[in-house]
Amino acid sequence: MTIAETTTENPDETPIETSVTLTINGSPVTVDQGQTVLDACTSAGIDTPTLCYAENLTPVNACRVCVVEQEGSRTLVPSCSRKAEDGMEIQTDSPRVRHSRKMVLEFLGSGVDMSQAYQVHRWMDEYGADPGRYGPEAARIREDVKVQDDLYIRDYDKCILCYKCVEACGDDAQMTFAISASGRGFDARISTEFDVTLPDSACVYCGNCVGVCPTGAIQFKTEFDMRQADNWKPEEQTVTQTVCSYCGVGCNLELHVQDEKIVKVTSPADHSVTHGHLCIKGRFGWTYVQPTIERR
Amino acid sequence: MQGLQNGASMYAVDPRRTSSAKFADLWLGLELGSDVALANTVANYIVSNDLHNKEFIAHSTTGFDAYVESLSEYTLEHGEALTGVPAAAIAEMATAYATAEKAQILWTLGITEHHNAVDNVLSLCNLALLTGHVGRWGSGLVPLRGQNNVQGGGDMGALPNKLPGFQNITDPEHRGKFEKVYGKEIPAEDGIHLTLMFEAMERGEITAAYVIGENPADSEADIAHARKLLKGLDLLVVQDIFLTRTAELADVVLPASVGWAECDGTVTSSERRVQRVRAAVPPPGLARHDQDILRDLAHLLDYPEWGDPTPEDLWEELRSLSPLHGGMTYDRLEAEGGLQWPCPDLDHPGSPFLHGWLWEPDLGGRAGAPFSPVVAQGPKEQRTEEFPLWMTTGRSLDSYNTGVQSGQMNSPIRYGNALDMNPADAAQLNLVDGETVKVSSPRGSVEMPIRVQPDIPVGLTFTTFHFPELVDINQLTNDAWDKRSGTAEFKAASIRVEKLVTA
Repeated sequence: MTIAETTTENPDETPIETSVTLTINGSPVTVDQGQTVLDACTSAGIDTPTLCYAENLTPVNACRVCVVEQEGSRTLVPSCSRKAEDGMEIQTDSPRVRHSRKMVLEFLGSGVDMSQAYQVHRWMDEYGADPGRYGPEAARIREDVKVQDDLYIRDYDKCILCYKCVEACGDDAQMTFAISASGRGFDARISTEFDVTLPDSACVYCGNCVGVCPTGAIQFKTEFDMRQADNWKPEEQTVTQTVCSYCGVGCNLELHVQDEKIVKVTSPADHSVTHGHLCIKGRFGWTYVQPTIERR
Repeated sequence: MQGLQNGASMYAVDPRRTSSAKFADLWLGLELGSDVALANTVANYIVSNDLHNKEFIAHSTTGFDAYVESLSEYTLEHGEALTGVPAAAIAEMATAYATAEKAQILWTLGITEHHNAVDNVLSLCNLALLTGHVGRWGSGLVPLRGQNNVQGGGDMGALPNKLPGFQNITDPEHRGKFEKVYGKEIPAEDGIHLTLMFEAMERGEITAAYVIGENPADSEADIAHARKLLKGLDLLVVQDIFLTRTAELADVVLPASVGWAECDGTVTSSERRVQRVRAAVPPPGLARHDQDILRDLAHLLDYPEWGDPTPEDLWEELRSLSPLHGGMTYDRLEAEGGLQWPCPDLDHPGSPFLHGWLWEPDLGGRAGAPFSPVVAQGPKEQRTEEFPLWMTTGRSLDSYNTGVQSGQMNSPIRYGNALDMNPADAAQLNLVDGETVKVSSPRGSVEMPIRVQPDIPVGLTFTTFHFPELVDINQLTNDAWDKRSGTAEFKAASIRVEKLVTA
């Protein structure tokens, strides 16, 4: 590096010079090059159902609920990973798209407990999905909730195998690789190595898996206990953004408060410091604010 | 870690094979306290192999010739002898650092908790000057802060010689600016830092202390000595959210509230990013906001001009007095996800890195950045026949400082207060994993269990200081300290481990 070559600008941040224009449901939409069809739909104010997508994870294309119809494409395309291109013609509300989304939601809903996937309820209504029509005999996991420590629980009856937790535990965030998919077909599960308990696994309890789980299959123990006691009231909760106290990184926290008590902590996925990811102290270290032993 | 995914190299320099070291291209497991020796050897290798940035050195630095002269004894062979790191590993890291387009040196307390802490830091600054890895995108010197606002504390003038924004107390112009706003005269001499305060207590010159949000009765090195001095004060006032060990010694305890969950304000992270904290829950019982306690105290001390400012009022005053923060309104901090100082005016986007001026074609008459020759010293205390093992202290992932806060969380991965020891050392002492032993240093003894750990080199032991209520580890640590930084040598003490005699 020479004196003449050095500037104060970030050389890796090439300014976006090109935008692309595509057509969505007949209307032109312009987005920056590199953005996805989902981004374009969102910027056009179109509500797109997603389950395995998260803005702070790499798309895995597992759930297929975000599919759209693309002119010239034989199959429906997942909008969360397909990059927007000039001249693309996209239909998000065609009979074929609606039918596909309905089937995905029905199949998931018939085999999995979606009762705590609140977003999904809205989409089920929107697409007329009726998981009940497969009857009470539809295959379900129905295994006991795994409660192995005081920080979080795993309830695989709620797991749709979206892989977000695996990604967050692995190379999208934590690089711990404590969980992965084991088994095949209906027996596939997200599991620790050799299905050991979480405390015995490689888990470092960052809770980034809890942060991205869309159905409550991995859940804060605080939330689980309050739900068991029928005292979980999200509609009464406030969310306050602040900064973690435990080190100098500056992770942003969202404190979820019910009845003047912190009940869980999340982190905003769109914040530049850690993009929604935390460590064990940030996500679970808040208990001293309202200790079980009286603060003297 | 995302950087490594994207192809970055990482070299981990640590006496212990840490979690980070396991992701590194190479782990350089140096001897405790041989940091300067390693840095000087790296520098010698870079210069000897003509890998230094000659244009940058000529244009932007001073003192290069004297620095090179000071490196002469740090050949690869001698460096290997001093640090215990194989010469080939030192050469590889030196080459990678010098030839990288962008490179950073990151460090924490392993560099600064030594009796020669400032030398350690200077030796790393020299490497950055030698290679031009400072003052531009992606390159730099990055001391990682251990608390959410230790940077902000310094920025706000919680230093004995500085006013907010690093303006000098001894500078009449700086002082005058503050005196005008405060309506009071400010003492014209520098104050003293924590370590000197304890020495002044010992001489009887300090007889009263007001401790806010710190637990020195657990956290100081050679803790028995520190506690004796705190007990000997005429008056000790402690303002804290818990009845800490320090608060238990106090004459007056002022219950405070939790800064990041019960108060509004700002904190400043390692990267100089000022961000907003916000109250989410009310403080319990009689606990009050720090600023309210201080305001009432100011009024009782006959200073009505303090008024009753909100956190934002206080911030606006700071903006008017500290040029570094001039452009940071609460609205901007909120909208822009925090801002990094210097941010002098409302149109300034904040500064992701410092020292960019070193790369200006014209330095504007300023002298360049000085090289600072430093000599390798090693730890103050050496191992002896009586105390044949090294002990170094540090942190574990799920715990924080003296455990006052993190101790409330029931962590599934907490292993407690063990002394980590290499299997060979354990075998030689006829000890098994989990066995409780007696650990002694020249300053005291404690009993604690050992944890047999192959990642700890032979001859070294490691423990955290998170559980003072279980093991009073700072009875063992060395309070020899660096006269320039005031930091004690928590990282290196000589110890003896003995099997407990069973009755």
